[in-house]
Amino acid sequence: MEITAIYYLLPALIMFCCGVYGFITRKNMIAMLVSLELMLNAVDINFVVFNRYLYPEQTEGMFFTLFAIAIAAAETALAIAIIINIFRAVRNIDVRSLNEMKF
Amino acid sequence: MFSNILIYFVVIPLLMLAGTGLCRNIRQIRAVAVTGSLALIALSVYTLVEYLGLRQAGATEPMLFTDSWTWFAPLNINLAVGVDGISIAMLILSSFILLTGSLASWMIPQPKEFFLWLILLSTGVFGFFISIDLFTMFMFYEVALIPMYLLIGVWGSGRKNYSAMKLTLMLMGGSAFLMLGLIGIYYHSAPEGEPLTWNLLAIAANDAIPHGWQSFLFPMTFVGFGVLGAMFPFHTWSPDGHASAPTAVSMLHAGVLMKLGGYGCFRVAIYLMPWAATELAWIFLILTGTSVVYGAFCACVKTDLKYINAYSSVSHCGLVLFAILMLNTTAMTGAIMQMLSHGLMTALFFALIGMIYGRTHTREITKMGGLMQIMPYLSVGYVIAGFASLGLPGLSGFVAEMTIFIGSFQAGMADYLAGAGSLRLVFTLIACCSIVITAVYILRVVGKLLFGPVQDEHHRTLTDATWWERLSTATLIVCVAAIGCFPNFFESLIKTTFTPEIFAVLGM
Amino acid sequence: MDITLPLLILAIPLFMFLLLGLLGMKMSHKLAGTLGCLGMGTVLVLSYYTAFVYYFSGAPEFINAAGERLQYIVFDQSWLTLYKPLEIRLGFLLDPISAMMLIVIPTISFMVHLYSMGYMRDHHGVYEHGFQRFYAFLSLFSFSMLGLVVATNIFQMYIFWELVGASSYLLIGFYYTRPSAVSASKKAFIVTRFADLGFLIGILILSFYTKTFNFIEFTSVPVEGLANVSQVDLGTAEGIRNIFNTSAAPLFMGGSVLTWALVLIFMGGMGKSAMLPLHIWLPDAMEGPTPVSALIHAATMVVAGVYLVARLFPLYLMETTSLEIITVVGAITALYAAMVACTQIDIKRVLAFSTISQIAFMMVSLGVARPEFHEGLGYMASMFHLFTHAMFKALLFLGAGALIHAIGSNDYTAMHGLRKHMPITHWTFLIGCLAIAGIIPFSGFFSKDEILSSCLGYNWVAYVWMSFVAFLTAFYMFRLYYLIFWWKEHKTPEGHHAPHDQPWTMSFPLVFLAAVSCVAGFIPFGNFVSWNGHPYDFMAHFDWNVATVSLIVAVLGIGLATAMYRKENSLPEKFRQAVPALWTWCYHRFYWDELYQFITHKIIFGSICRPLAWFDRHIIDGTMDSFATVTNKASEAIKPLQSGQIQMYVWYYLIGALALGTITVICLI
Repeated sequence: MEITAIYYLLPALIMFCCGVYGFITRKNMIAMLVSLELMLNAVDINFVVFNRYLYPEQTEGMFFTLFAIAIAAAETALAIAIIINIFRAVRNIDVRSLNEMKF
Repeated sequence: MFSNILIYFVVIPLLMLAGTGLCRNIRQIRAVAVTGSLALIALSVYTLVEYLGLRQAGATEPMLFTDSWTWFAPLNINLAVGVDGISIAMLILSSFILLTGSLASWMIPQPKEFFLWLILLSTGVFGFFISIDLFTMFMFYEVALIPMYLLIGVWGSGRKNYSAMKLTLMLMGGSAFLMLGLIGIYYHSAPEGEPLTWNLLAIAANDAIPHGWQSFLFPMTFVGFGVLGAMFPFHTWSPDGHASAPTAVSMLHAGVLMKLGGYGCFRVAIYLMPWAATELAWIFLILTGTSVVYGAFCACVKTDLKYINAYSSVSHCGLVLFAILMLNTTAMTGAIMQMLSHGLMTALFFALIGMIYGRTHTREITKMGGLMQIMPYLSVGYVIAGFASLGLPGLSGFVAEMTIFIGSFQAGMADYLAGAGSLRLVFTLIACCSIVITAVYILRVVGKLLFGPVQDEHHRTLTDATWWERLSTATLIVCVAAIGCFPNFFESLIKTTFTPEIFAVLGM
Repeated sequence: MDITLPLLILAIPLFMFLLLGLLGMKMSHKLAGTLGCLGMGTVLVLSYYTAFVYYFSGAPEFINAAGERLQYIVFDQSWLTLYKPLEIRLGFLLDPISAMMLIVIPTISFMVHLYSMGYMRDHHGVYEHGFQRFYAFLSLFSFSMLGLVVATNIFQMYIFWELVGASSYLLIGFYYTRPSAVSASKKAFIVTRFADLGFLIGILILSFYTKTFNFIEFTSVPVEGLANVSQVDLGTAEGIRNIFNTSAAPLFMGGSVLTWALVLIFMGGMGKSAMLPLHIWLPDAMEGPTPVSALIHAATMVVAGVYLVARLFPLYLMETTSLEIITVVGAITALYAAMVACTQIDIKRVLAFSTISQIAFMMVSLGVARPEFHEGLGYMASMFHLFTHAMFKALLFLGAGALIHAIGSNDYTAMHGLRKHMPITHWTFLIGCLAIAGIIPFSGFFSKDEILSSCLGYNWVAYVWMSFVAFLTAFYMFRLYYLIFWWKEHKTPEGHHAPHDQPWTMSFPLVFLAAVSCVAGFIPFGNFVSWNGHPYDFMAHFDWNVATVSLIVAVLGIGLATAMYRKENSLPEKFRQAVPALWTWCYHRFYWDELYQFITHKIIFGSICRPLAWFDRHIIDGTMDSFATVTNKASEAIKPLQSGQIQMYVWYYLIGALALGTITVICLI
């Protein structure tokens, strides 16, 4: 059996949808962050897959993925810092209760 | 550029702005304000003399001292200036009211900011009256309107935020109509194939606005300016706005800014679109004729001094627009006289009300009484202002109203006899009734406020006017009496405007 | 004629007004009063001289070869140009009636100036507060009134008409701390203002058709072209008639335009001259100081309406309908006021109603004047009565002032039996009463008799009616006289000193006016004033029967009053109980004040002003506010979409993206 691109893309799609579903439904900010990471990683997989299957002689996709991973790490660090600070301030990380600055 | 005398009407206020900005204390600010407004008075009188000299020497152009400097060539926007008798009358009025307004705000808190905005406002006013380029005119118009928001919002009293917002929004709403009208005029300012222009005189000479467009653009511009002229039913900003505004702002606003409305209606709406003015006048005649008696009736039952005066302004300014719509030289002359007269008289009223309010801290006439015994100077001033308002001969109101009534009656009867309907006649008679209703509310206020026993014993300790207040009111009283005693001079000044060109344009 | 003197006649009072008004408070009371009197005295001399020159110099500009008096314009200055050829001018017109008024007004005014020097201070010689202001206002009034009578055109008359109204307002409200004075002054101004509205519209109509305001041109406009005629015979109104007949002057509600104009102008006169139903301000105007009542509300300003009609008489003659209206209004007013005067207890109010009644006499007299009846006797009689009435009514008012000054009350119940205490006042008052009642040889007899003669010439109803009013006049005046000076012995209340006569400044005017009232009747008035300038020989038209009847009527009236009021008795009470309804209605002045109160407060304020103000605040302003409110509400409504919940945004995004995708797919398919 030949492993075609679809074998990679399908899990990535499932991962992405899980991420979207989780992002919309979870109210805990850590969980939302995890969902966000899921989506990012799904996209990373896609990058790598398309690079490998469509333009095997080039490496831009790989580099882009590396970039995305680095940015995701930074972003996660930032998000965690914000979440921790929010938790310190309001003892809670439920997004529904964070409406102090609304309107 | 600086060889033209008119440009100094903008330059002096700008210098005053700079001067006020540099001032360190209230004495310097007062000095700048008074010197500047005296300079403006001198300048306007000098312009008047020069103008009359030129007219006597046989100058027959519609506008004198015309000049034009390009601002933005692609859209033909120029800074074009020029004056005729009406503009000069308005310039004199504005400079006098600026002086008396400055005197009336002698003790204002935060003087620097206040005077900065006040002078900016008057820059707009002077700029409006000297420009003959529609775009520049509109720009100056907006410059005059915006400072009002801050002046009322910061230095006002009572429900000042509401009033400032209401006034600004309603006037801005009017401006929106106006802008639509002006742009429409611009795009039809010249016949096909010729370059478009914003210049009033050129547009009037071209007379190229198609009739269909006129019947759209005329209401736009008339309503746009009419909002500022407190035309029924767009007058409701006036009572609230005036009630909340500080003294000098009420004076400038009722005395000068409301005149921008009447002036604009005459200069833009009627002058540029005479066809629509004759065809559609009836709608606005009904509205303005209504405001004349409507304002007077409303003033009869109000108990706040400023509300009474604001409604009285609605009535008097209604008469201005009413007379302009008669399209009759006599009535129009009367309208301009009424603008002058109302400007001075209502400024006097607001000055006095401000001074009384500053002492008693109330404007409710039910809470005051017998002020004649306590502050005779202010009370006598109030009685004189009241007499001017109800049209006593020898004061300005009388000549203006009589000229208007005679002119309107002439127009009305001419219509009636020609079988063209009796609308003008009927509304002239209705407007005449205002002389009685005016007497009712003026005497009611005078009787309750000044005469009778002292209502509140605490008022007995209050002081009469200070020297700057005396100077401010006395100047206005002298002006009011001057118009009332020597109307022929003002009449002939205004009539110099009605040059053959204007007659040709208006078809009179 | 040199213009200096006439100009001074107007300029001096104006200058005095400005001087006393601006600097009066810096002066002593005495100086201000003296200055006022001196100023008025100068005016008196100048205007006597002017009138003398006009009547007696025989110069060709004043009198033509046929002995007819002419109208002469001394000067006429353009004041306000309206449109060609209509302009408002200020000028000085000399003609028989204005020259006569130049005698009446300064005389009374000077007497009042002098009298006030004594009246406006208390028994200790302390001047009243605002004494200088009082003289300033008196000067203003004199200026306005003189300007009114010498007006060369109807608009000048209107200007000064308004000014006399204003000075009357100021003087009625002189005691401005008293609420009753304030409301009386307000009432006077507003009622006359309402009447002036009619006057104004009348002027508008007249000037629209004739293109002029000038009196001289009103009475002699050529049919075509408006040549500025400076000197013409009086009473050639053909020009006006032609204008109103030839141009398409439409009928309006059954009357010709000219009739409407004249009736509206008469409405102005009704207001100033207190004709029914615009009379209600005059009795209240008695709140002013008594010298003011004598000057303004008895002798001069209130006859302005009569003067106006007399001035435009040639025009009125063209439309006899308008004259009939004047007659009817005058007759009803005369009777009404006389009936009311019989029941009042405030002496100034009795005099006020008597004034209304006498002015109505003058109006009736103008209304019945026709060239064909006794050559326009009514016109001459009216002017004659104006002259004599001014003198004796001023006398009566000043006498009443002396009484009030001495007693401190307007109410005659506080007086009674004063004849021994105040002999000068008593005798002069008696002369005044005899004059107004019409007893020979006092002046009122002559003028009233001529009025009755001309009424008889008109028709007998008018004659009987007016004779009855004359009877009532004699009755109520002597009722007043007896109640003040007889009835019972005077009792001075505890703590007051007995009333006594007044200082010479007050007595001299009384004596002078009484002397005038004694002899004025013998002036051959017709030689000076007549409707068309022709000297009018009164004796040729004298009707002995009328004279006898009017004398009998007056004596009857006096007799009835003597019977009822000379000594304290119960007759008046019995009379009152005999006709209670009539008495009550008269006493309450037929409830006119209540009617006006109802109209102004309930209808105008309650049903017009208040609803309009409500409408303005709630409907108009509500609409304007609702624009703001709707905008506000709309943004409130969509604000929750911007919830700040990022998950909601993702939902919107997803749904939007899906929708767009679906649409794209559908379109592609």
